[in-house]
Amino acid sequence: MAYDLPRSARIIDIQRETPLVKTFVLDTDIDAQPGQFIMLWIPGVDEKPMSIAGMRPLTISVARVGPATSALHDLTVGDYVGWRGPFGRPYRLDTDRPALLVAGGYGSAPLYMLAQQALAHGMDVTVAIGARVADELLYADRFEQLGVQLLLSTNDGSRGVKGFVTDAIRAQFLPDAADDAPVISDPDAEPPHGTSTRSLSLYACGPEPMLVALYKLCRANGWSGQLSVERYMKCGFGVCGQCALDDVLVCIDGPVLTLDQLEAKRDFGHFHRGPTGRRLEI
Amino acid sequence: MESIGTDQKETAAADKLDLGVTLCGVRMPNPTVLASGILGLSQEVFDRLAHLGIGAVTTKSCSLQPRVGWHNPTIVNWGHGLINAVGLSNPGVEVMVDEIRTAKLALKKHGVPIIASIFANTIFDFGTLTRYISEAEPDLIEVNISCPNIDTQHEEMFSSNAYVSAQVTRMVKRHARCPVIIKLSPNVDSIAAVAKEVVNAGADAICAINSLGPGIILDIDTARPILANRTGGVSGPAIRPIAVRCVYDICKALKGTPAQVIGTGGVTDARDAIEMILVGATCVGIGSAIYHHGFNVFNDISTGIQEYMGRHGYHSLEEFRGKALG
Repeated sequence: MAYDLPRSARIIDIQRETPLVKTFVLDTDIDAQPGQFIMLWIPGVDEKPMSIAGMRPLTISVARVGPATSALHDLTVGDYVGWRGPFGRPYRLDTDRPALLVAGGYGSAPLYMLAQQALAHGMDVTVAIGARVADELLYADRFEQLGVQLLLSTNDGSRGVKGFVTDAIRAQFLPDAADDAPVISDPDAEPPHGTSTRSLSLYACGPEPMLVALYKLCRANGWSGQLSVERYMKCGFGVCGQCALDDVLVCIDGPVLTLDQLEAKRDFGHFHRGPTGRRLEI
Repeated sequence: MESIGTDQKETAAADKLDLGVTLCGVRMPNPTVLASGILGLSQEVFDRLAHLGIGAVTTKSCSLQPRVGWHNPTIVNWGHGLINAVGLSNPGVEVMVDEIRTAKLALKKHGVPIIASIFANTIFDFGTLTRYISEAEPDLIEVNISCPNIDTQHEEMFSSNAYVSAQVTRMVKRHARCPVIIKLSPNVDSIAAVAKEVVNAGADAICAINSLGPGIILDIDTARPILANRTGGVSGPAIRPIAVRCVYDICKALKGTPAQVIGTGGVTDARDAIEMILVGATCVGIGSAIYHHGFNVFNDISTGIQEYMGRHGYHSLEEFRGKALG
């Protein structure tokens, strides 16, 4: 039987991504697939599920949102953290259809690995990133350097399309459907070439209201979709039941779930379970 | 070709072997029971387990007030099983009553009973909690007096003391409208003596054992205990021989009483489940095994027991239950 205790690793580099997000590079490698996660232990504080942004070396991008992530942000190069994993089901790349990767909020990290994988397959890749304001657009530069087609949106219009990421996607891929199509304020944005809107594969990670909107968009347009959902977790390996989304255990059945897996789920977009296990409104 | 045909015939015959058990008058389709603390929150997950052939489900232990439990890490695999200090996190009895009520309706279609696990800080609160939880009409109540990870006002868990355990039992029995199971700890001089006391106090069944310990696992680089609570209950394959001995002792001590036993502790496959039945367990609790074998573990165990019965010519579990007790 294999040990699966948190393995300790030192932080070898810390990069500031956005006002809230830092990237931590650890002195260890991991074998994982895009969309899988690790349980990251901040010794003496807490342990939280984190998306894997890079494997060699193991890299994570973390927003300062609560006590655990604040403690992580306060660590410096040379400090120890622990990690176990990888856990969960990854994105399954559909190489037959053009890929539309959609990141909202802090969802860019797992899609960065997926974009690299898709490009390695010679696929047509569009990455749509949404944020509230321009300096919160996570990984925009990294994706740009990869050479994907980039579609940016901000709620205040400070960069890219003004509105939600779904507005930018509609404007780009479904211009006829949107009567009130938002104006593209980024003059550099170009429509992707040779993309048939009928045959898109959408891969997303971000806040659940965005995922619900994307779910509807996929269903309405016949696109396939794989959505990475987030839930409070304890074990990470399908025992504690804390991450249940209806009958789906997000840690082992997800975090990447297909449209069919999310079909008619009462919790999707509405409820998550908090530390007590009680259903709370999202 | 011929051998394939024979296999199919044997499988068909095995399917007819009756795995049904009656626990305190409650009928179960097979002897596998989801142990308390594992997956026991969501009615939809219970329903999924019922579709996969589980015999009965036990909820996470519920208390009067909601509990957030300990910070993570709360559960890790230490190589020979799990170590956990969840801290009895639960949404409180008010929420659990609704969850249990809805779950019961769904489980009824599969003939799968639901066991409500309860935990309180005082003997008096056990009575109040029993009254509340009874509103959900669970098929059975399991009384958790043996969690090694709790932070109660008293120094030790209730089940360390046979007299206190009996008092809790009397209090729960006074308010319960269904049979009562008392879950015991192996961390006592004589678990059989505690079992006898609680049965004398009216317990209908014993669940043995709760996790062993507590224990500590360190991270050697940072010299820190990995669990946020520092210590945690040890479960999984490493504790099975102790669990089997406890069930053996209890079943011997309870001979001649109508009390039944749920054998729990490190059971991961059919062989382990059969071992529990051979030392007298009516049914078998499954917990940590889900980590190793996933949700199919319940069906796999049932199939394995049927194969064993076919091999030995048994037609029901009664024919070999307690055979090792002599």
